[in-house]
Amino acid sequence: MSVIEVENLKYRYPDTTTLVLDDLSFSVEKGECLGIVGENTAGKSTLCYALAGLVPHFYKGAYGGKVTVNGLVVREHEIATIVENIGLVFENPFSQMTGAKQTVYGEVAFGLENMGLPRKNMHTRIEKYLKLLDVYSVKDKNPFDLSGGQMQRVAIASVLAMEPEVLILDEPTSQLDPQGSKDVFKVIEQLTGKGMTIILVEHKMEQIAQYADRVLLLHEGKQIDLDTPEKIFSRLDLKEFGVRPPVVTSIAQALTIRYPDTQLYPVTIQEFKRLEEMK
Amino acid sequence: MNRFKLKDIAFSYSPDVSIFEGLDLTFDSQTTAIVGQNGAGKTTLVKIMKGLLKPSKGTLSIDGESIADQTAAQLAKRVGLVFQNPNDQIFKTNVLEEVMFGPLNIGFSRFEAEKGAREALKKVGLESKVSDNPYDLSLSERKLIALASILAMDTEMVIFDEPTTGQDFAGKEKIKAIINELKAEGKLILCILHDMDFAADVFERTVVLNQGEVILDGQTRDVFPEKNVLEKAYLEQPYVTQIAQALGYNDSFIHESELVAFLNNKK
Repeated sequence: MSVIEVENLKYRYPDTTTLVLDDLSFSVEKGECLGIVGENTAGKSTLCYALAGLVPHFYKGAYGGKVTVNGLVVREHEIATIVENIGLVFENPFSQMTGAKQTVYGEVAFGLENMGLPRKNMHTRIEKYLKLLDVYSVKDKNPFDLSGGQMQRVAIASVLAMEPEVLILDEPTSQLDPQGSKDVFKVIEQLTGKGMTIILVEHKMEQIAQYADRVLLLHEGKQIDLDTPEKIFSRLDLKEFGVRPPVVTSIAQALTIRYPDTQLYPVTIQEFKRLEEMK
Repeated sequence: MNRFKLKDIAFSYSPDVSIFEGLDLTFDSQTTAIVGQNGAGKTTLVKIMKGLLKPSKGTLSIDGESIADQTAAQLAKRVGLVFQNPNDQIFKTNVLEEVMFGPLNIGFSRFEAEKGAREALKKVGLESKVSDNPYDLSLSERKLIALASILAMDTEMVIFDEPTTGQDFAGKEKIKAIINELKAEGKLILCILHDMDFAADVFERTVVLNQGEVILDGQTRDVFPEKNVLEKAYLEQPYVTQIAQALGYNDSFIHESELVAFLNNKK
């Protein structure tokens, strides 16, 4: 079953002349992890905004086509309704913190209060997600006193607490140090294991290769390709779109280590090793 | 400038938590990456070098001469720091003015400042944006503007704080080329990084900082095979090194091309 349906989506920001999203059509299945890759001007973040309803409700501009999330046509519903179905975690956790709350607990409660969830259910949910993201021990701290990794996990907890069907992570670790980044990806691994539908924008192709079931390659707002990580990263013209494959794939290409049946290159170290031993 | 030396440096933000206690480090013509998790003291270190923070103990010297008496303004002519967050250093409403701001501040004439600014913008590939408002640009472009502002000051030493954050493949290649060019011009280069692949790819020397202490310092090639020490500092090895080790080779591989050549020879 498709949770997200995008049909001929076109968009440009107000007072601009170029389409940032130029005729995108794809669907995402329930439980799937979709990676989005492309260079900085490819339209990745704008696509995330369009899935989460910020485009066209917050960012106006010219909009065409149709985005459906969990059966709701995004354009026809308010953001308040959409966030219960699809949650967006920003690149910089600082942007996600409301600043209105003095504690991590209050921060996670904020979205639920806005949803009008009964208090009794609220406590159970907050505790559940603080524990899941391993930030329960800092629940009484001020969100701004946390490390970057902790803050990003609180941001994810506050989005997950609303129990959306889909989670969008727009470069969730680019502001974090290696340990903070590792902690966040541990959570992503757990969530994909639990069958959560995830949209992941990421510059580290190794992470995309590890977690994504399929990869959407964007370039100047256009949908270049949508396929398995092996197919996308085996494309010889990938660099023309400002994307380099994972290091392991690039080494496999130089050594022509590939799957004998499909002639594609491996995208993870484990697969590389297996194919190298077979050779 | 040939050498920047820190000797026996102590520093703390509050009386009960000290960041450095007797830190010794010397930077010379080798391009150097400083790696370590958040809170390791990396940004504090470069703020001390820039004269923005005063150590409670120890000496700083350039080519053997103490810089204790120099103000941050005087040091600004010799040491340039590109902040991690470009919004911390962007003041003006047009890109050219923004990049000229630093040079004008350290005494360049308007003519020299504009010439320097235009050259610097060309280096970062944003020469077509001279009349734009910096805040109309994307974050990755603003980072390049912040970098151009420092290049335009033509300082003898350039310090980068996390230059690759938010940059895509092309952006990283651009920064790599600029670093190599600055090195060729004889400038001292120091860079704080969370990106181990970039550190391994670009820098000659790597210093691992953990809780205010240098726990590893050497040629990049010798540093990254030290998995246990890196783990202590909550760092990972570059992907190339990880791949080589997963394949059972303990030799030190930090460049993709080396590993490819090695595996090709083995065939």
